[in-house]
Amino acid sequence: MSAAPALWRRFAEHRAALLALCLLLLIVAALFIGPWLSPHAVDSIDFDGDWATPPSLVNAHWFGTDSLGRDVFVRTLSGGRISLLVAFAATCVSLLIGVTYGAVAGYFGGALDGWMMRAVDILYALPFLFLVILLMVLFGRDLVLVFVAIGAINWLDMARVVRGQVLALKQREFVMAAHTHGLGSAAILLRHIVPNLAGVVLVTVTLTIPQVILTESFLSFLGLGVQEPATSWGTLINEGAREMEGTPWALLFPASLMALTLLCFNLIGDALRDVLDPRDQP
Amino acid sequence: MSSLLEVRDLSVAYRTRQGLLPVLLQLSFSLSAGQTLGLVGESGSGKSQIALALMGLLPKNAEVQGSMQFEQRELLALQPAERRALRGARMGLIFQDPMTSLNPHLTIGLQLAEVLEQHRGATRRAALVEAGQMLDAVRIPEATRRLKAYPHELSGGQRQRVMIAMMLLARPALLIADEPTTALDVTVQAEILKLLAGLKREMSLALLMISHDLGVMTDIADTLLVLYAGRAMEQGPAGEVLASPLHPYTQALLACRPRLDAPLYLAEGGRLPSIAGAPPRAGQPGPGCPFAPRCGEAESACRSSLPPRRGHGHGRVTDCHRR
Repeated sequence: MSAAPALWRRFAEHRAALLALCLLLLIVAALFIGPWLSPHAVDSIDFDGDWATPPSLVNAHWFGTDSLGRDVFVRTLSGGRISLLVAFAATCVSLLIGVTYGAVAGYFGGALDGWMMRAVDILYALPFLFLVILLMVLFGRDLVLVFVAIGAINWLDMARVVRGQVLALKQREFVMAAHTHGLGSAAILLRHIVPNLAGVVLVTVTLTIPQVILTESFLSFLGLGVQEPATSWGTLINEGAREMEGTPWALLFPASLMALTLLCFNLIGDALRDVLDPRDQP
Repeated sequence: MSSLLEVRDLSVAYRTRQGLLPVLLQLSFSLSAGQTLGLVGESGSGKSQIALALMGLLPKNAEVQGSMQFEQRELLALQPAERRALRGARMGLIFQDPMTSLNPHLTIGLQLAEVLEQHRGATRRAALVEAGQMLDAVRIPEATRRLKAYPHELSGGQRQRVMIAMMLLARPALLIADEPTTALDVTVQAEILKLLAGLKREMSLALLMISHDLGVMTDIADTLLVLYAGRAMEQGPAGEVLASPLHPYTQALLACRPRLDAPLYLAEGGRLPSIAGAPPRAGQPGPGCPFAPRCGEAESACRSSLPPRRGHGHGRVTDCHRR
């Protein structure tokens, strides 16, 4: 890889991505600092005001309150923390396991590849909900289990994408040339094949993050994910959608913040793919 | 003086579902330091298979027989790890297409340094210094600055120079060049050939040059080995073989060369001469000489039995019933 400053300069040329990065950092900072700025807590009900008050600056309910009188601003931000945490953890799992697994299967090929990919097929065939319920029954309800369950499913896609790419890459002449230098398999995989995966892996990651956030909200909707009074964007959007005629702001704020975050991830991912592919440079 | 590379009766065949598929049959040649051996043959005649067999990079289903002595060691008796230690360090291989044989995601400096780190345990910094010197030796302008370049920033000729530098970094004794100029412009071709010849002298390399281009051979080869369908047809000093070919195949091959000084083909309806027929498919050898079906001088013996190997003095050898 070339020096970091050069990479940064090329990234900064993508104006939209630079803006997205700033915005994303701002959102993340808000998620962690914001709740302290508000006098309200995630689970406290404001008995002084009316329930379901619209956004206002007077009573410090900047995003209004939901039908139970809880502050939407604090709930949106702390919900975002959980959503991003799940997305981050699941993406790390899928990067770590998925890339290693796919690269090994694709590179060594043959019978090993066959067995490894059949194992992936079997895991794909497992009904996801059944797996989650089984985990819950065995280990009790826990947020960590949500991470594990989502991570366990998401690396499968990554492994398939990476394996396919490695199959193509290992036929390339520069890999053959590396063999003629007497390089070993580990060195060839790490130095010549994995860097060439950066583009596809990044694109897959930018697709994985939104998918994970959506999966988490789906689990929460079924009561298998985040438990009250803790919350996540998925849960908030579900609640907000149910009460959308009475308190549209309880849907609007979490939904727009989530959409904005996902857009930022996509823009950044796009720019990174360009930056990490040296052939696209001017 | 014993030679650097001594190949005796090298045969390579692939195990396939249809049985053994021979691609090289009983080749023998030798090569000393400072010498260039040219391998000539049509596509599919097994030229590249020789390169892969020497490097130990044949696919797993290849069966190799015979003997390959390199620096007094029998290559076929070595363990895979020992073969790997030789690759890049004692013998190098340059590919046909410099466009694809460099990793597009790494700077050329890193790719060059990698070779020295691998074989000599050099530090990255020391390796980069030496890489810069080697780029200078293959006459890349502003070599040190070029280390930071990515392959796509170089021209085809420059990339081939980088490949040559990469293969020479660990100071190998044997350099195999598999059609190193085929993918390049004619003007660049001449420069690369000149460079190879110069480096061969300076580093007293043994050069195994593979090409289908007889013109390339005229310039660079000391001895020639003409291949057809995995068999040696004719061997000898390059100048003599090209000036007075003995084997009918070599003669036919030379007759096909377009020539500026004797545009005879213009008289024959403007068509270039060619050898009638097509080379046999690999793995279906008849009982006789593989060239017999296309040979103008073939007689019954040519079709029924393999030609004998005969010496003609001056190191000239043919595999032919008629010569």
